[in-house]
Amino acid sequence: MNYHWNWGIFFEQVKNGDETYLDWLITGFGWTIAVSLTAWIIALTLGSVIGTLRTTPRGWVVALGNAWVEFFRNIPLLVQMLLWFFVVPELLPKDLSMWVKQDMPAKEFITASVCLGLFTSARIAEQVRAGIQSLPRGQLYAGMAMGFTLPQTYRYVLLPMAFRIIVPPLTSEFMSVFKNSSVAFAISVLELTFQSRQMQEDSEQGIETYVAVTILYFVCAFIANRVMGQIEQRTRVPGYVTGKH
Amino acid sequence: MFSTLDLSVIAPSLPFLWTGLQYSLKLTLVAMTGGIILGTFLALCRLSSSRVLAGAATAYVDLMRSIPLVMVILWFFLLIPLMTGNPVGAETSAMLTFTAFEAAYYSEIMRAGIQSVSRGQVAAGDALGLTYRQTMSYIVLPQAFRNMIPVLLTQTIILFQDTSLVYIIGAKDLLKAAEIAGKNYNRPIEMYIFVALCYFVLCISLSLVVKQLQKRVAIVR
Repeated sequence: MNYHWNWGIFFEQVKNGDETYLDWLITGFGWTIAVSLTAWIIALTLGSVIGTLRTTPRGWVVALGNAWVEFFRNIPLLVQMLLWFFVVPELLPKDLSMWVKQDMPAKEFITASVCLGLFTSARIAEQVRAGIQSLPRGQLYAGMAMGFTLPQTYRYVLLPMAFRIIVPPLTSEFMSVFKNSSVAFAISVLELTFQSRQMQEDSEQGIETYVAVTILYFVCAFIANRVMGQIEQRTRVPGYVTGKH
Repeated sequence: MFSTLDLSVIAPSLPFLWTGLQYSLKLTLVAMTGGIILGTFLALCRLSSSRVLAGAATAYVDLMRSIPLVMVILWFFLLIPLMTGNPVGAETSAMLTFTAFEAAYYSEIMRAGIQSVSRGQVAAGDALGLTYRQTMSYIVLPQAFRNMIPVLLTQTIILFQDTSLVYIIGAKDLLKAAEIAGKNYNRPIEMYIFVALCYFVLCISLSLVVKQLQKRVAIVR
């Protein structure tokens, strides 16, 4: 293998500018985290609402929730990213469309976060639904027997249990958000993947670049895993298979 | 708001889009076949009594599963020419990448499948005097495979969607073809909508097939 190694490349200056390559990677890391966390908040909020609605006894609400999930699950994330960036602004009313295209601040960041957030919300909705449906039917009846309204039954009986049960699948979803945020390169968000390509082309030190970026993605996955692990420990349900005894 | 859309550009670009779709489908099929074969081997390694084999397979699977696919595509595209000394096209590079990457995901499915076969089956194989290889290939794997067909196909739907990511190295798949057609006719919006529709229809029909299959394949116990 004929390759010129240069591990000091990170501290060298980029070709046109006074930053170092390390600065580029740090910027990339920052945007990756910003996009992922914003998307995660959107996804968790929407996903919980839609997942819950899909278990209610109202037929049309369930159908709406199902349509949401199928829509976001059956189009590749990259295509969704391009749709949000290029197509959606065109379909807006004229004034709003002009504003989005020309004046909206941090356009790429907002688009990427919303897109990734909605995409992930469909997957979370699926898990929330499964979590609620895994509860014994008696829990719902118990709530009703106590004289709770349906929203109260969800709020005080079903959801607190369901959310604690689905922490493990949510962990892998949280790790996926960081991985999926890499697709934002397509709309020029300056996140890690975008920066790694830029650095690879600019410095021609591909292997060093990719090693660094891969490690940074590892760090994200590891931290996400640990954070969720902590949450899992604290919220364990006593008496369940994985719970405290 | 839809009045400005000009859908007449879609019909003339269909043949071109079809070549793109053919590549996407080919990539999906190659990666699925290669990935399932490689994945089954990885699963057998993980379940084997050899610590070295199990450790190596686990490390490989965990590594692939914690890196974004886009980065894996970039890695292979960089490394294959360096290792072989010849430049390979984006299309070939993508085939190898997806096979190696999907193998990690398929191996997790096959591992679950193998573990779903009851221990008594292996013991029965031993009692009949079959070797490990015979027990696996005549008794365990056929059942594991059958149990896991719906899950394997669901993974294939995800794989099909992920093939769009070859965009980053410029391989000409369905999405890339749509982008080129959009540029040629100066109608990118229509093309993006159409290509999203194509993916949607293909994926949702395949997932309906999986649902049907799930009912049929299920072994009555």
